[in-house]
Amino acid sequence: MSLQTVPWIILFAPLVAATLILFFGKYSKPLSAGLAIATAALGCVLSWLIFLHPPAQEGLHFDWVNFALWQQAGIPAFHIPIGIVVDPLSRVMLLVVTTIATLVFTYSIGYMRTEEGYSRYFAGLTLFLFSMLGIVLADNFIMMFIFWELVGVSSYILIGHYYSKNSAADAGKQAFLVNRIGDFGFMIGILLLWVATGSIVFSEIVGKLTLPGGLASHLPFLTIACILVFCGTIGKSAQLPLHVWLPNSMEGPTPVSSLLHAATMVAAGVYMLARIFPILILAPGAREVIAWVGAITLFVAALMATQQNDIKRILAYSTISQLGYMVLGIGVAPTADVAMFHLFTHASFKCLLFLCAGSIIVAMHHEQDIWKMGALKNKMPLTFLCCFAGAVALSAVPGTSGYFSKDLIIEFSWANTTFHHGLFWLALATAALTAFYTARLFLVVFFGPPRDDHAKHCEESPKVMILPMAILACSAIACGWPVIQKHFFDLPEVVVAPPMFHIMTLVALALGLVGACLLYWNAEKDPISIPLFANRFYIDNFYTEIVKFAQDRVGVVFSWIDRWVIDLGVRISAKLAVGTGFTLRLLQVGNIQAYAFYFGAGVIILIYLLLR
Amino acid sequence: MTVSLDHYLLVSGLLFAIGLAGVLLRRNIIIIFMCLELMLNAANLSLVAFSRYNLTDTGLPNYNAQVFVFFIITVAAAEVAVGLAVIVALYRARRTTHVEDLNRMKF
Repeated sequence: MSLQTVPWIILFAPLVAATLILFFGKYSKPLSAGLAIATAALGCVLSWLIFLHPPAQEGLHFDWVNFALWQQAGIPAFHIPIGIVVDPLSRVMLLVVTTIATLVFTYSIGYMRTEEGYSRYFAGLTLFLFSMLGIVLADNFIMMFIFWELVGVSSYILIGHYYSKNSAADAGKQAFLVNRIGDFGFMIGILLLWVATGSIVFSEIVGKLTLPGGLASHLPFLTIACILVFCGTIGKSAQLPLHVWLPNSMEGPTPVSSLLHAATMVAAGVYMLARIFPILILAPGAREVIAWVGAITLFVAALMATQQNDIKRILAYSTISQLGYMVLGIGVAPTADVAMFHLFTHASFKCLLFLCAGSIIVAMHHEQDIWKMGALKNKMPLTFLCCFAGAVALSAVPGTSGYFSKDLIIEFSWANTTFHHGLFWLALATAALTAFYTARLFLVVFFGPPRDDHAKHCEESPKVMILPMAILACSAIACGWPVIQKHFFDLPEVVVAPPMFHIMTLVALALGLVGACLLYWNAEKDPISIPLFANRFYIDNFYTEIVKFAQDRVGVVFSWIDRWVIDLGVRISAKLAVGTGFTLRLLQVGNIQAYAFYFGAGVIILIYLLLR
Repeated sequence: MTVSLDHYLLVSGLLFAIGLAGVLLRRNIIIIFMCLELMLNAANLSLVAFSRYNLTDTGLPNYNAQVFVFFIITVAAAEVAVGLAVIVALYRARRTTHVEDLNRMKF
């Protein structure tokens, strides 16, 4: 087996496993879980192998599948290549996806032990793993788009795992439909780039854009194409204004939230931007838009997170906010590695935080309101320690992974001087907010008085759940250290650094932490109430109203057309038949002599007609 | 006065008209039935008259028409048998022979 077949094995092993689980999983629970974990672990081992022994040339191209049938008809060939690219970017992403997947799959054994739909759950997870790896390895837009949609499908399946619950079924639908809006832009963007360059392969597009007379000289067109492609990210990575699906997707099982809706799937949008970064570099206008969308998202989502009460929703808004940082990183940093670095550390600590939340939720008998928890520190010491590691990393306490990755993005955002360094101040303010809502979550859940009976009697989770959390906790602290991250990333130097930057971030962090401690230490219930934040700026309500309004109006118009244009012909012919029948039936009087008369009259008329 | 073909046809037409009027107007189904027979016999009369007045080249009547009349009489006899049986069955079932009471066959 040569090294070249390894990525194919990584990619297709989960698909095979998903099929097997689908058919045979119902006979045995250990079989489903075993198959899923085995493929994830295999992928993990092989990813490390590829990472440590990178293939000789960059951008390995394997066998292509060409759909060039049109060529015979004289039309220029349209290739949809199925190819794999193994460059530093995809190697790192492979590591993240397979490693996190292995840990979460293992954790799921513990989390799902009493849940129904066990094998369906693992089949969904492995299908997701296959789709996600497809995005990571795709070397062209169409293949990425196909797997992009597959990821959406598996996300839909997993969010709606408890499909008999209305809210879960609705959340799945919403996630799918909202993503469809973003994907529509994504698709148009792909088509624009294809029309302009005649290629859909990432590496080829860049080459063709920079040719003399290439698209790089038609900036407005390129900018629009890039922004349309970015629409895909807005949907998949839950940026404003399409962020509404992510908090609702928390209806799925917690490991799903951890793997899909925090660590990997939602990061696919950022990964896609990193993948097309050489194209984005040519369109500064598009990057400006990307940076601002990211900055507004990270700030607004953090504000929303400060007033949520559901433990998973806090983390969901935090995820949106952190994804905003990554998108901002794509917009401001000179290389994609800056954003990818934050993706890398965020995958560790956010996945960890969700696993901790899952551990707490199971112990609390599926109570998710943080104001019913409290004093879990002594009941669940291991979860407490892991959660602490995740929380400090998320708040970017110096020395933890989040500190290195997030501060780098904030530092780079100083270079953009629009609105007096507006991006920078938004990002810095959000750093304080992040510390605030993280500390709020942490203090309310683990300290203070127990606020509910469940909180008094909960127990630590089993080892199979603690082990993945412990591994992730180490990673959440350490994976950002320069000694470690230099093996994964090639980070650029900050050229225009803001003055007293480190002091400013420390002040922001301290402000957030101290504020949260003052407000929430031993608090019985939430001491502050800001309905605007708690109700998510009424964006969800706004969408509901819009959908209702637009749907009603459009529905009225279409119902009118249906009734008076399409139905008209149908109804006229029907009325004609009915009317004729009604008239004719008047002849049926029931008197035999009348019938005889008709008969005689008929004969006479016939004779008259014939002899005339 | 010699009796010509026209006279026979006139009588035949009268008989047919009387029969038709009876079929259309009378109430009792047996009378209607008899009127039907009257119409058949009107046809018979005209056929026989045609036979008598249209001599062939040999000076004999055209017997084709007379054979036709025998067929009609035979068929009418069979029809009477069936028709009377139907009327008897109808009377047993409905206790009436008046057609205005037999008006179930309508919308």
